[in-house]
Amino acid sequence: MGKRTPLYQEHLDAGARIVDFGGWEMPLHYGSQIDEHHQVRRDAGMFDVSHMTIVDLEGADVKSFLRGLLANNIDRLKVSGKAFYSCMLNDHGGVIDDLITYYFDDRHYRLVVNAATRDKDLAWIIGQAKNRDVIVNERADTAMIAVQGPTARERVHGILDEAQRAATALLTPFSAARIRDMIIARTGYTGEDGYEIMLPATQASAFWRKLLKAGVKPAGLGARDTLRLEAGMNLYGTDMDETTHPLESGLGWTVAWDPTDREFIGRRSLEISRQRGPQRTFVGLVLNDKGVLRSHQQVFVNGEVVGEITSGTFSPTLGKSIALARIAGQVKGDCEVEIRGKRLDATIIKPPFVRAGQSCL
Amino acid sequence: MTKTPGNLRYAKSHEWAQRLDNGNVRVGITDHAQGQLGDMVFIELPEVGRQVAAGEECAVVESVKAASDVYAPVSGTVTGTNSTVADAPETVNQAPYSDGWLFEIAPSNPGELDKLLDAHAYAAVAESESH
Repeated sequence: MGKRTPLYQEHLDAGARIVDFGGWEMPLHYGSQIDEHHQVRRDAGMFDVSHMTIVDLEGADVKSFLRGLLANNIDRLKVSGKAFYSCMLNDHGGVIDDLITYYFDDRHYRLVVNAATRDKDLAWIIGQAKNRDVIVNERADTAMIAVQGPTARERVHGILDEAQRAATALLTPFSAARIRDMIIARTGYTGEDGYEIMLPATQASAFWRKLLKAGVKPAGLGARDTLRLEAGMNLYGTDMDETTHPLESGLGWTVAWDPTDREFIGRRSLEISRQRGPQRTFVGLVLNDKGVLRSHQQVFVNGEVVGEITSGTFSPTLGKSIALARIAGQVKGDCEVEIRGKRLDATIIKPPFVRAGQSCL
Repeated sequence: MTKTPGNLRYAKSHEWAQRLDNGNVRVGITDHAQGQLGDMVFIELPEVGRQVAAGEECAVVESVKAASDVYAPVSGTVTGTNSTVADAPETVNQAPYSDGWLFEIAPSNPGELDKLLDAHAYAAVAESESH
């Protein structure tokens, strides 16, 4: 039996098909993942993301510690509640994990890392924090619910009390408000507006049911994957891992090069790749023929293999198949993808494919 | 609980087969199979006139989650395919035993149909795979 989140029974009650996901028993869908996808693009859906690992870092050295641990620059987070997306790199510039960092005060930051990489992430962080005044505190007592979609925020506001509503209504993207024991962040993984809400595990079911009553429908991991892919957002372990660096994973924008004297882990290796110019580029693909792009399918330009798909799916919003791929050089225009022995026509684009419900093609 | 109609025959690989009045065999995938695969988004059907052997790959059903081969439950010649599912793959999810059929075969060895599983035996196969 796998690990279960505090919302496991809610998933069963909603008719979820449960699958193993990194050792967790998680809902894949509650009937139709395509319906759940549209629900998020057109209205509001909610995801149980309590399986993700929440780690609080506290102590006098936390800020300087994170200055070296993360490829993004922690000094950018100046206002309490502000958050950013970053990679955590190894010495070779490979991606150990991607994560969100929240700033509370100079002695208290919070990281949200992937569930499947929990063990190695914690081992790495604890190893790096050795002999520093940094306490690493995994928050297994905390649940997380992502509410996403064009009506997500107003539906959440409807079930908050006056103080919570006042604190959240003014949040800008990538900011969080801490109200008593709840943290409400304007972040997400769908390309839609919305919140990610961290709250005590004991309160998760009651809050989930309030959201249901407010018209927010549950959505599973299946819809989460098609939504993030349409939004051009990477999935760790599929689109990048320890053998690939951010510059060839479409994540160059998350690396803070300035100030030049900030010696973050992996910087030296990345500088070499940067000076040499990218050997491989991370691109989006749109299939022009019928079929579904999948990871590891090969991409051809002028009959030559130029790379492969890292993740692919059918896009419910566009009605055609889309993918992220890592290919040699700076290729644009037309290509072919081999699916079950046949070469099918595809177009190379710069992600995202969909933002705020609208096609970017 | 998935449906397994008593008037059909079944292959362990999750196809159903139905003898039509003209002697041809209509083939689709079971309710259990469509449920496992999830929302269908693409169906690749065989060419009409193709000779197939029992157990041979004959079609592909592709859901958001995965692509899955469909095998011919009996040997023979493909006599027709269902254009409805090619245009609206979700029909396979909505009506796997009726509007969501995939192709028809003129059997070269009609006895093969009787060797397939009955509903009771197939339900046991599906049940064992659900756990």
